[in-house]
Amino acid sequence: MSTDSVKFYQVGSFAIGNRLLPAAAGSVQSDMERTNALTSGHRACQGCGEALGARYAIDAAMRAADDKVIAVNATGCLEVFSTPYPESSWRIAWLHSLFGNAPAVATGVAAALRAKGRSDIRVIGQGGDGATVDIGFGPLSGMFERNDDVLYICYDNEAYMNTGVQRSGATPAAARTATTQAVGPEPGNVFGQGKNVPRIAMAHEIPYVATATVADLRDLEAKVTRAMEFRGSRYLHILVPCPLGWGSQSCDTVKIARLATQSGLFPVFEAERGEVVSSTPIRQKVQVEEYLKLQSRYSHLFSPKRRDDVIDKLQAAADRNIERYNLMPEGDL
Amino acid sequence: MEQPFAITLKVESSLANHTGSWRVERPQYVNLMPPCNNACPAGENVQKWLYTAEDGSYEEAWRALIVENPFPAIMGRVCYHPCQTVCSRGQLDEAVGINSVERFLGDLAIEKGWSIPVTAPSTGFKVLIIGAGPTGLSAAYHLRRLGHAVTIRDAADLAGGMMRFGIPKYRLPRNILNAEIARIEDMGVRFQMNRKVDNVQDAIDDGFDAVFLAVGAQIGKRAYIPAGEAARILDAVNVLHDVADGEAPLLGRKVVVYGGGNTAIDVARTAKRLGADEAMIVYRRTREKAPANDTEIQEAIEEGVLMKWLSTVKHADAGVLKIEKMALDEKGFPQPTGEFEELEADSLVLALGQEVDLSLINNLADVEVRDGVVHVDTNMMTGRAGIFAGGDMVPAERTVTTGVGHGKKAARNIDAWLRKEKFEKEPIPKVVEYADLNPWYFSDAPHAVRPRLEGARRASNFDEVVQGLDESTALYEARRCMSCGNCFECDNCFGVCPDNAVIKLGPGKGFEFNLDYCKGCGICVTECPSGSIIMIPEKS
Amino acid sequence: MLKQVEGSRAVAEAVAACRPEVICAYPISPQTHIVEGLSRIVKEGALGNCEFINVESEFAAMSVAIGASATGARTYTATASQGLLYMVEAVYNASGLGLPIVMTVANRAIGAPINIWNDHSDSMSQRDSGWIQIFAETNQEAADLHVQAFRIAEELSLPVMVCMDGFILTHASERVDIPEQEQVDLFLKPYVPRQVLDPANPVSIGAMVGPEAFTEVRYMTHMKTLSALELIPQVAKDFEEIFHRDSGGLIREYHCEGAETVVIALGSVLGTIKDVIDDQREKGVSIGALGIISYRPFPFDAVRKALIHAKRVVIVEKALAVGIGGIVAQDIRRALSGLSIAQYTVIAGLGGRPITKASLDDLFDLAVVDDIRALTFLDLDQELVDAEMKREAGQS
Repeated sequence: MSTDSVKFYQVGSFAIGNRLLPAAAGSVQSDMERTNALTSGHRACQGCGEALGARYAIDAAMRAADDKVIAVNATGCLEVFSTPYPESSWRIAWLHSLFGNAPAVATGVAAALRAKGRSDIRVIGQGGDGATVDIGFGPLSGMFERNDDVLYICYDNEAYMNTGVQRSGATPAAARTATTQAVGPEPGNVFGQGKNVPRIAMAHEIPYVATATVADLRDLEAKVTRAMEFRGSRYLHILVPCPLGWGSQSCDTVKIARLATQSGLFPVFEAERGEVVSSTPIRQKVQVEEYLKLQSRYSHLFSPKRRDDVIDKLQAAADRNIERYNLMPEGDL
Repeated sequence: MEQPFAITLKVESSLANHTGSWRVERPQYVNLMPPCNNACPAGENVQKWLYTAEDGSYEEAWRALIVENPFPAIMGRVCYHPCQTVCSRGQLDEAVGINSVERFLGDLAIEKGWSIPVTAPSTGFKVLIIGAGPTGLSAAYHLRRLGHAVTIRDAADLAGGMMRFGIPKYRLPRNILNAEIARIEDMGVRFQMNRKVDNVQDAIDDGFDAVFLAVGAQIGKRAYIPAGEAARILDAVNVLHDVADGEAPLLGRKVVVYGGGNTAIDVARTAKRLGADEAMIVYRRTREKAPANDTEIQEAIEEGVLMKWLSTVKHADAGVLKIEKMALDEKGFPQPTGEFEELEADSLVLALGQEVDLSLINNLADVEVRDGVVHVDTNMMTGRAGIFAGGDMVPAERTVTTGVGHGKKAARNIDAWLRKEKFEKEPIPKVVEYADLNPWYFSDAPHAVRPRLEGARRASNFDEVVQGLDESTALYEARRCMSCGNCFECDNCFGVCPDNAVIKLGPGKGFEFNLDYCKGCGICVTECPSGSIIMIPEKS
Repeated sequence: MLKQVEGSRAVAEAVAACRPEVICAYPISPQTHIVEGLSRIVKEGALGNCEFINVESEFAAMSVAIGASATGARTYTATASQGLLYMVEAVYNASGLGLPIVMTVANRAIGAPINIWNDHSDSMSQRDSGWIQIFAETNQEAADLHVQAFRIAEELSLPVMVCMDGFILTHASERVDIPEQEQVDLFLKPYVPRQVLDPANPVSIGAMVGPEAFTEVRYMTHMKTLSALELIPQVAKDFEEIFHRDSGGLIREYHCEGAETVVIALGSVLGTIKDVIDDQREKGVSIGALGIISYRPFPFDAVRKALIHAKRVVIVEKALAVGIGGIVAQDIRRALSGLSIAQYTVIAGLGGRPITKASLDDLFDLAVVDDIRALTFLDLDQELVDAEMKREAGQS
């Protein structure tokens, strides 16, 4: 009788935790002593992907940095719902300055720490897609060019959510927002060439760039941990669904993020110094429609009549990602 | 250091904001009925003992198992595992090998000599059980655990019923059978073997407070088959019984078995082991319609048993049978075609069903019989108060597992009746459906196939056909369980709550919702792999 | 140490002596020599534990300064004109958060039209931003004020803008007594922040404050800024004790006592004004000069006290509130409210136009006999503007 000795842990690496795993191999989120950098009482909407992503990322960073982290936050949902006077739901050292300057402020924090000989304290700059892709883009590029020792995290919910769901440079094609409404011959956001900040970060040849979503915690934590192994500028782009802005059910946040990756629309990969070094293969491929139909920001593609012309274009974009990042390697499941 | 007013805030000052007030519905941890538990005729808490076994706590798992079923090693060999048929994992990749793990635990218990102490205080009640087959033994076991004094009477010299005299050794080795029966005897059950009970009333007068009838269906049904004087026709049940007794009958070189049930298959496979060159099943209908378990049919075929479907025996003579071919009509029923053929056969074994020997209740007018089986109410009691019945002698699916389940149910009802209470079965929670689960989280892991002896090699001896799993594969198999409807502490809810509103109580202690902060978003429900969380409306 | 040195260099060395920990700046004329000087000092290793960041814009410069200051580092930056405007969002943010950043504004005109030469329009545009604004009259004072600025900023937890006239001071070579390291160390203690980003004692800085508390926050900043009116003279006094010279303070009077006419101005033009005052006084004119050093907070009481016996004041302003007139004039008017003192505003030196002794002399001759309008533009080419306005009117 042949036996394969493989340690099998029932839910493997897809779930947050596993009672059969030794504690040292567990995720940060499964640990009862996790930092809970963003704790209860904040005013995020029910099912907010950004609140989840922020806690995931910062808790992982805190563990990697021995609890020595300072975070700089741009204006946006995360900042607004977490620090309305008199309540702050942060448990770490945290600074909010302006909308467009989080990367620069983070640079300043890192410089001060270096001047004081405290480079053991690690710096995170974070903001939404608006703060990163649009208004903060100049400072972001400056930070990258100087290779300042900051991990910058973009929580991408694909629009200016806090001000009422207006289009940003990260809004995907065909999506409805308050400034790209679902009316006229081309409803929703235009089909442009997009603004791929992970690739722009790679063009700056900074030590580490990665994408992740809230649907795969272990992957996200691994990437934060890996990022913290580097010094210099690092960029992490996390897809965080927004039930309000995307028009999805609050209970579907993690599921929708998963469908984004499994359809190929949001590729999950890592790059070092400008070269892709790994990508997370698609485990259960779906057509983009499975992802689109859960969000009413795409409902105009299905009713009053189906817009297969648009859906096909979106599918083509997903397929291009699959090829470009080798998301379905030959011979894999 | 004087911090500026309002611009700078203390950490976690948001805890003053109880966002739980936003909710319109709230999550709740539930324990639902896993489909395996629901399908088990013996009512085993399969999910629970698999869960316990997953971290290597085998004795604890075994003890959880035997709360319901005292025969895991036997089950692991003869049960047709309806649990596996409905196992949710089967809709993902392949069903969990529950039966294999049960066998592993049962064999380990025998190897380690784990025993079952009786801790319940003696009740003072005496119960007589007539029939030492699976049903009677199970009833004895459960009654004994409840503290009653139990006596079993059986006509045979050894206990086991059909497990010994119907199921061949290569399916159920005798050392296993003996060990699991001995364990029941060690609990203090009195066995009175070679005591056929002809009259239940007499037995009652011996001083028993209640009686459980479990004599089974031991009489082979006789169909009228025109036969010549020298035709050699035997009854399947008797053949198996004789083989078990060590007195194998002479069946000749070519044996035909007439019938499509498990008994027929057992006889055919036994015939091969006895040295027949050819053993053939002749059955009126098709393989799909044959009542025999399909795995048994498959194993038989692998051993070289021939199958002749859609055929009936019209006439038996010495050395030859006349067979009529059947054909299915539009409605799928077999109809005679008028086409005949001859078949060489040294013996014809009839396996056409079994009947109950009802002689022992002849004097009990209030014990009702319908269609050849004893009628009992939902509490397994006959028309006569204090006389209960179960197993093959009442309407039932005739399997060992069903019998074990009857024994347990009867024991609980007898116990209640003796204490002048009514046995209330706990209400069954909702049975988990596949759509309730989130299968994404389960690692891809096909069934660890239980190895089998090569077909031809198998046929020549009575060695156990199906080998068991070793520890690593048993563990692997147990861990494939998706724990339907019952939390298995994967930490998903603890991790996916954007509001940090799930409290992890600690390993083994589960989780709690922090209703001060839970906004009722429902992500925990969607991402719970086992479907153990539901949303209920918030009370207004 | 006495040196013949460009104003920018003097400032760079003075700032370096203050032991800054983070310097971040974006180059813009006429501030460039200051940051070039500092970058060299840092790169040479002469300034231990100091990080010099070459930022990609002025907005980034102030933002980097905010991050550094919030982390407890003594932080410095410099800009002018367009650069100041580009960082305005961050300028307000720094004062709102109470971060003691010191910034040099090398005063320069604001475009359009683009103009790199000196006037005060840049600093004036930020007079309501909540920053302390102090104006240097000479290169010596420019160097000294930076040393005082760090002290003022860190004691108040408010940012300080040190204004010095672009090119006129920044690019002029003069004899300056550069503050010595030992003296500065006596005068300026290490920075102890009121609030700081520290993982060992975490706080959340930069909350959103709604209607229920915003007014109170502003009020307290207002009161804090007013308290600078006491602090600034005290700091100047402490400075004099260690450095043995008069630098800084709220105002500087030059023959104000008993003067019928007082000329008021900010910055380097006071030098020229004082020369003309001397000439006028030799001719027997009752005239003096008042320099405003601390423009924000505005020293209303000190100004009123200095001018209470004057008959008239002439405010020479290097900035224009378009459509209104003088800017400092409005503050002076409030300082002198209720007193019958004639006020004449003279807009001079816009876009770097030289303010000559001759022009001032002519101006004062007319002013002392009240023969000028309430608002005049010094050396305006009236012919040109008449012709141009006629031409534009003809075209419409």
